[in-house]
Amino acid sequence: MAACGGASHKVTLVMSDYAKPLPSPSPDTQPFWDACKRHELSLPYCRACARFFFYPRRFCPRCFSWDIDWRACSGRGTLYTFAIQYRPQVPGFTPPYVTAIVQLEEGPRLLTNLVGIEPSPETIRCDMPVEVTWEDATDEITLPLFRPAP
Amino acid sequence: MSLKQKVAIVGADETDRIGIIPDATPIMLHAEAARNALRDAGIEKSEVDAVLTCGISGMASTQLCEYLGIIPKYTDSTMTGGSSFEIHVEHAAAAINAGLCSVALITHGETGHSGRMRRGPRGGFFDPTLPAMQFEVPFGVGGAPSAYCMAAMRHMHQYGTTSEQLAEIAVATRKWAQLNPRAMMRDDLTIEDVLSSRWIAYPFHVYDCCLVTDAGGAVVVVGAERARDFKKKPVWVLGSGEASTHQSLLGMDDITTTPARYSGKAAFEMAGVTHDDIDVVEVYDSFTYTALVTLEELGFCAKGEGGPFVSGQRTAPGGDFPMNTNGGGLSYTHPGMYGMFILIEAVRQLRGECGARQVPDARLALVNGTGGTLSATGTLILGAD
Repeated sequence: MAACGGASHKVTLVMSDYAKPLPSPSPDTQPFWDACKRHELSLPYCRACARFFFYPRRFCPRCFSWDIDWRACSGRGTLYTFAIQYRPQVPGFTPPYVTAIVQLEEGPRLLTNLVGIEPSPETIRCDMPVEVTWEDATDEITLPLFRPAP
Repeated sequence: MSLKQKVAIVGADETDRIGIIPDATPIMLHAEAARNALRDAGIEKSEVDAVLTCGISGMASTQLCEYLGIIPKYTDSTMTGGSSFEIHVEHAAAAINAGLCSVALITHGETGHSGRMRRGPRGGFFDPTLPAMQFEVPFGVGGAPSAYCMAAMRHMHQYGTTSEQLAEIAVATRKWAQLNPRAMMRDDLTIEDVLSSRWIAYPFHVYDCCLVTDAGGAVVVVGAERARDFKKKPVWVLGSGEASTHQSLLGMDDITTTPARYSGKAAFEMAGVTHDDIDVVEVYDSFTYTALVTLEELGFCAKGEGGPFVSGQRTAPGGDFPMNTNGGGLSYTHPGMYGMFILIEAVRQLRGECGARQVPDARLALVNGTGGTLSATGTLILGAD
């Protein structure tokens, strides 16, 4: 995948070199993106439900408690589902690339890219173990990607 | 209080041309479809006192009312993507039943093909802080195929659904299109053709994906007391339901479901009919998978059994489960929010207007629109006298 660094060759690009859309953090998501920048997967945690949730809000979408804090996650999970994108669905992406929804150990799911594996129906399986890897897209934004876990 | 048989659809039609219409804008197609549907009903524009629409930038119903020259008592710009128009029928029924209006015009118009260069990721919504813009688009998930394929993949993994079973739907729907002279895709298509076609987004082959066309459509809804005053026999709204469970795939607890389980249940309960009573089924087929999972969610088969259910060309002409009889979004037309066209086809089937593709003695039809990323559904059960 162009411009997607797996652990084996992490790339740091200046903003002008990064062709894909970047997230624009909002006040309710900024802690998530700040943690990504430190290569930490930190998710919002509802103290009332004692459960993680995603994507970040100032409140728990389940019980509507606003008693939220942020807790580190392991970065490990399984591949809930995936697809191999053979057409550029978003500007800047070079097909084929793998879109994935990862089921984290802690409960929530993230939509991400699976990297470090041949984008082939023969090699990728739902429920395979995966772990986070980081793509430092710009000085400000680091994206959590996932790769097969040993 | 039930809305059962409180309103009827008395006008339904499409734009003169559907398919590729380079010389039209979306609002022009809304207007042409409105004219044709009102003509179908024999109702003057001046009688319209409610307008329900979406898909026009900004304030959709206000913009359209100005464009058409209508001063409405009631408008509704509910936008749930492809299911909007089924939901508009329910909203029109509620408004008419409440005495807020009496003649409701519901319109659609899109240039999904000719206007595609004007679109961006996520349908042109560019607030960069929206959840999808932060947590999906940066990972290359944008248009519908890039999301629905991941739902299909999980369904295949969880229930053993196969590419062959998805292809059954593409082939059966093409056979209906071959009976419809207005359908865009009418060449022979086999399961082998589908399976050997190029990938759009694995597990979707190109023939698992709907067309991208230009088209418009409209329907006219009136209250029961006026339903028999028009040129054509009324098509009654016997049951309706709407539901939405999420916007993003990430909002789904189980990605193999859709809100049709809720909207369908509501529609069946209101209509007081059973699945076996339904003569013809028109369900949204943005992808083969969309139709398959919708049949499960509506309860036509058990969860996970959609694959076996559609096998053996069961939904094709001559099969025992006639579905998507105009040729569907897969082969007839699909301008983006296809839900208007399943609604129009159900009306035509119940009126007996469908010629070579007519389902004999069709008295009860089920319509299910699906919008967003399997996000929002509207189910209607329609009946002829």
